[in-house]
Amino acid sequence: MKTPDDPLHKALADATFQAYRQAVIRLPPDVLRVIEKAAAAETNPVARGEFTNILKNIEIAERLGVPMCQDTGVPVIYLTIPPDVPLSQDFYDAVAEGVRRVTKEVPLRPNVVDPLTRHNTGDNTGAGMPAMHVKPGKTLAVTVLPKGAGAENMSRITMLLPSKKDLIEKFVVETVYLAGSRPCPPVIIGVGIGGTFDGAAALAKEALLEPVDTMTEYEQQILCAVNKLGIGPMGLGGDFTALAVKVKTAGCHTASLPVAVNIQCWANRHATVEAKR
Amino acid sequence: MSKKIVQLKTPLGEEVLKLKAGDHVELSGIVYTARDEAHLRMMENGVPFDPKGAVIFHCGPVIRDKKVIAAGPTTSARMNELSGFLIEKGVRGLIGKGGMGATVRKQLKGTAVYFAFTGGCAALASSHMTLNGVHYEDLGMAEAVWEIGLDRLPLVVGIDSHGNDIFDAARRKSETVMRKYS
Repeated sequence: MKTPDDPLHKALADATFQAYRQAVIRLPPDVLRVIEKAAAAETNPVARGEFTNILKNIEIAERLGVPMCQDTGVPVIYLTIPPDVPLSQDFYDAVAEGVRRVTKEVPLRPNVVDPLTRHNTGDNTGAGMPAMHVKPGKTLAVTVLPKGAGAENMSRITMLLPSKKDLIEKFVVETVYLAGSRPCPPVIIGVGIGGTFDGAAALAKEALLEPVDTMTEYEQQILCAVNKLGIGPMGLGGDFTALAVKVKTAGCHTASLPVAVNIQCWANRHATVEAKR
Repeated sequence: MSKKIVQLKTPLGEEVLKLKAGDHVELSGIVYTARDEAHLRMMENGVPFDPKGAVIFHCGPVIRDKKVIAAGPTTSARMNELSGFLIEKGVRGLIGKGGMGATVRKQLKGTAVYFAFTGGCAALASSHMTLNGVHYEDLGMAEAVWEIGLDRLPLVVGIDSHGNDIFDAARRKSETVMRKYS
C-alpha cells in the first residue's frame, strides 16, 4: 500500500474532500434551474410556500458554507481514470481517506453503520463504503453523489415481461405513489432500463448525474404522468411531485426487461472535482 | 401568496383552534425536539418541561459549541403511536414532515394542530434558531430533547384541530390517479 504522502494518493483524497464538501453545500446549476422553474410555475399556494423555503435554504447554505440538509447521505463515488494511470487498491484507500476527513471537518453526519449490528463506524466509511464506481475517462476525476436515506429507501426494481414495456411508466408512477411524502418531494427520478438485475439499479443511480434541465420526449411523458399524482412538495399537494425524470438504458437479454427506479429528493446533490496530479 | 401569514408565539393557547389546514404561520418562542427515543422516555418518566401549550418538533438536530448547526424535520409518521399522551397533557402543536396518521388527526381534534416544515431545509431552520437547553442528553445528539428558541420559523398548518388534513387530501388524490392504471 502506498503512503498518504504519495502525490497521487494525496491528490485523490483532496479531490474527494472537495467534491463531497461542495456537493453537500451547493446544488449543481441544472438542478437549481429546475427548482426555480417549478417554483415559478407552481399554482398551489401551500406548495409555493414550500418552494420559497427550499430556495431560501439553498441560498443560506451557500452563503454560510453549511450543508443544506442534515442528512448528508452516504458517499456514492464515480471515479474516472485516464489511460496513463493504472488502477490500484490505493485509489479506494485514498477516496476513503477523503471521506473520513470531510466527515470530520465540515462536519457531516456519520451515517454509515454495519447492516446487522447497526454499529456506527463514525466516519462514513465501512465495508464496501464508499460505494465506488470506476470507469475509464480523459481525466482523473472524482464525482461524489451523497445519497440521503429518505429518498433512497423509496427506490424499487422489477423484472418486467419483455412484451410489457408499456408497464414501465406505471412502475415509475407507482413507485412515486408508494413513496408519498417520505422522499421529500419534489423528487428527481433516475430510471434504469435494461442491462441485468444489478445493472439496471446502477443505471438508475447514474441517471441522476445527467443534466436534469433537458429531457427526452419519453422522459417528459413519464414526468407528466408522475405529476398527475398531485402529491406535491413534501406531500402537501401541488403541481410538482417530481422535477425531472432521467432514463438510462443498456442492452439486455431478449427474455428480460429489468426496470429500476432510484428516487432522489429535491436536493439532487453531486459534484465533480479533478485530482490535481 | 395572497393569504396573510399568522404570527404565533409559544406557549400556545386557544388561538390554535382558529388555524385552518393550509394556513401559513411564523412560529416564535421555545419548542422542544423529540424523536422516537425521547417519546418513549417521556411516556415512562413524565415530561421534563411544562407540556401546557408546548410545541414538539420532530427533529434530530446537529449541535456544535452550543449552537444549532442543522435542524431539519424528521418523518413524523414514526411518532404516530407515541403522540397521544403529549396532546392529553396539553401540547398544542407538533412540527415535522410528511404528516401523521388518522389516530393523531383524531387526537388533535378540538385541541391542537400539526405544522409542516419543509424537509431538507436544515440551513433555513437553523437560521431561525437559538439553543436554550437540553434534556435527556444521554440519549445522544439526535434523540435528546433540545430546548430551542424560534424566531419566526415559517410553517404551514398540515392538520388543523377540526380534522382537516392536507396531506391526507393529497394522498387520496394520488390514490385516485393510481387506480386508473389497473
